[in-house]
Amino acid sequence: MKKRIIKTSITIFFLFITLVFLIGLNKSSIYDTKDLVGKQLKNIELDNFNENKILRESDLKKNDFLLINFWASWCGPCRREHPTLLKLNRINNLTILGVNFKDKKENAKKFLNELGNPYDILAKDELGKDSVYFGIYGIPESILVDKDLTVIKKFVGPISKNEFNYIVKTVEK
Amino acid sequence: MLSNLGNLILFITIFISFSIIYFSIVNLKDEKSVLKKNIYQLCLIQCTLIILTFFILVSAFITSDFSLITVYQNSHTLKPLLYKISGTWGNHEGSLLLWLIILTIFSFLFLVYNSSHPKNYRLYTLITQNFLILGFLFFLIFNSNPFSLLSPTPKEGLGLNPILQDPALAIHPPLLYVGFVGSSIYFSAAISSMLTNYAGKPFAQSIKNWVLISWSFQTIGILAGSIWAYYELGWGGFWFWDPVENASLLPWFAMTALFHSIMVLEKRELFYFWVIILCIMTFILSVTGTFLVRSGILNSVHTFANDPSRGLYILLFLSFLIFSSIFILFRKFQVSNYKINSNSKETFVLINNWFMIFYLISVLIGTVYPIFTEVLTNHKVSVGPPFYNTVIIPLVVLFLIFMSIGPNIRWINNNNINLNLLLKIFFASILINYLIIYFFKSYSLLSNFIIISSIFLIISTFLDLYKSLNKRSFNLSRLTSHLAFGFMVFFIGLNHNFSFEKDFNLKLGEKKEFEDYTIEFENINLEEFKNYKSVIGKFNINNNSKDLNLVLSPEIRIYENPSTLTYEASIRSGLMKDYYITMSNIDRSEFYNIKFQKKPFMIWIWISVIFISLGGLMRLFKNEKKNY
Repeated sequence: MKKRIIKTSITIFFLFITLVFLIGLNKSSIYDTKDLVGKQLKNIELDNFNENKILRESDLKKNDFLLINFWASWCGPCRREHPTLLKLNRINNLTILGVNFKDKKENAKKFLNELGNPYDILAKDELGKDSVYFGIYGIPESILVDKDLTVIKKFVGPISKNEFNYIVKTVEK
Repeated sequence: MLSNLGNLILFITIFISFSIIYFSIVNLKDEKSVLKKNIYQLCLIQCTLIILTFFILVSAFITSDFSLITVYQNSHTLKPLLYKISGTWGNHEGSLLLWLIILTIFSFLFLVYNSSHPKNYRLYTLITQNFLILGFLFFLIFNSNPFSLLSPTPKEGLGLNPILQDPALAIHPPLLYVGFVGSSIYFSAAISSMLTNYAGKPFAQSIKNWVLISWSFQTIGILAGSIWAYYELGWGGFWFWDPVENASLLPWFAMTALFHSIMVLEKRELFYFWVIILCIMTFILSVTGTFLVRSGILNSVHTFANDPSRGLYILLFLSFLIFSSIFILFRKFQVSNYKINSNSKETFVLINNWFMIFYLISVLIGTVYPIFTEVLTNHKVSVGPPFYNTVIIPLVVLFLIFMSIGPNIRWINNNNINLNLLLKIFFASILINYLIIYFFKSYSLLSNFIIISSIFLIISTFLDLYKSLNKRSFNLSRLTSHLAFGFMVFFIGLNHNFSFEKDFNLKLGEKKEFEDYTIEFENINLEEFKNYKSVIGKFNINNNSKDLNLVLSPEIRIYENPSTLTYEASIRSGLMKDYYITMSNIDRSEFYNIKFQKKPFMIWIWISVIFISLGGLMRLFKNEKKNY
């Protein structure tokens, strides 16, 4: 009897693990960049940069469009991209969320003090783990989403002139 | 052409695998006969064909045949030859082919080198191994076919991820695969052992060399990955407790426990079922690691681009392995009442196993915990280095002490432990630790314990070596691995406490002074290479108090295919320390962010790990001489 209980428990234990893995597989995780367009970002939880607070979807729906920009103070191209973001900040109806990626807080602050702050909302991803959910594999990268947080377009590398024009056109349409 | 040929050979290999199973079953029934010659021949053909398929894929990469999707997605005409070749296994499909090569080679070699063992035991091992081969062949052909065609054929490929274009990473997967795919053979042998009741000492002798081979390669494979992370990721660290790194460490713990337990099984005919469980566990953990890495279930920056169907297939295969092994184990398992003296080598091997299993469970929980929380609570969490450092590091102290005492304990019943000697070693370790603190700097209480216990192991092993030399009989392989392990922990401890890092911004021509160092940003050059452009900085590092004057040249590489920036560290490795510098920013007129690091004893950490692995290979040659 005792033997049977042990055997059943072990089998149930492994069945449970297999089931969890199976459900985990079917969870909608966005890892692949190419599949991102048209998908809705869900269950967003980002650490607020300045306060000990979590940013969720509701915090990001203030305007019709949201541009999520992943950046770091140590990243050269981010510095080059910065003036473009400052220009984008002047557009109405567009919120810019900056996600500070694998950075030190003091360096990030210094960076923004030196070059200006284009971000309406600031979040941080110190370990670079949260950014993986947005399909980020390098920085700078940006994602343009609409009010429902559906991805319109993804920009890999610094936002170019054409991409800047695309964002302006989309938001002002 | 290449696609058709590759697919044709893969289908023939399926047919051969079924034939091997069929002929093996026929041969099993014939109790009087020896192992049939045609089975050897089929196994040889099987592994030759798989190797041939692999070379077909390699040639597709070398000739940049972009009609194959795998080549198109992972290669480019401008890539150097080495990385065109390593691109073959730098992707999901090609690496699965590497899996198959190792499965088939080990299958054939096990058959050839274990000829002194009973026919049925070898045949059941072969049948089990061929079920594994078939599982992977089906997966390869129907889900992850490296010979899938792309039409129309693109003129150019997308290129291999630049951070994978590195010599250490070119050899890292093959080494690691010999390690964890190699464990398949003792998984098959364990299943066969239970089915044929071939247990005890002969079984231990039949698998111990295979365990040593896989363990040694796994160790060196992990090292290659760490060296790559050290200079390629540009952070100066070498272990990040990333899920992919953990996936390679889990089977390593099981293998380490296994080859220690095999000793007990061989000498004392004890722990048979425990050895069986460890054999099964090692391979299951290897497949679990593959599942975690390939399915995309975990969020790691290292994971392959994924497709849920792949994950589902591996999960099904994994479940089949787990449940069939459990089923056989439940049917065959017999409770044994071991009477082991607490003061005996057997007990110390058990202690080693407890530690290994503790580490294994801790790392496993840390790795899969995010999956469980996401599935059960819909909450995303990530388990980072603090968890592992808190759980694992304190116990290393105890582990090292047991590791120092264990090898000198006798089998069955040890008369007495030389407490006097141990105390002397202990005080000598404290004294050396105190001298380090006195001449250099103090560190945390835990670091004190770690360094004292590692010195304790080093001195004990040296004393062992001295005693063994006097007796002229010594176990050089064990002494090498244990000594190297002690040194590895010692150097990691010192490296952790004496590393120095400074982060600052510099303009071209500016100098930065801190402590005794002066770092001058002297020059910057733009150079064009075959497949990338590089912005190369020239930095003069001076330290007046140490008469140090060196030039380091970190790079920012701009790859076009795929369009990526990478930051290449410039490292000056020395016997005592490495100087490490990275720069970021490509705009000439602006500041560059500079990260300068001094990392003591890095080279000794690498050398220690090489010697740990070498210990395993030395044992292998020693066993060969004994003609097992």
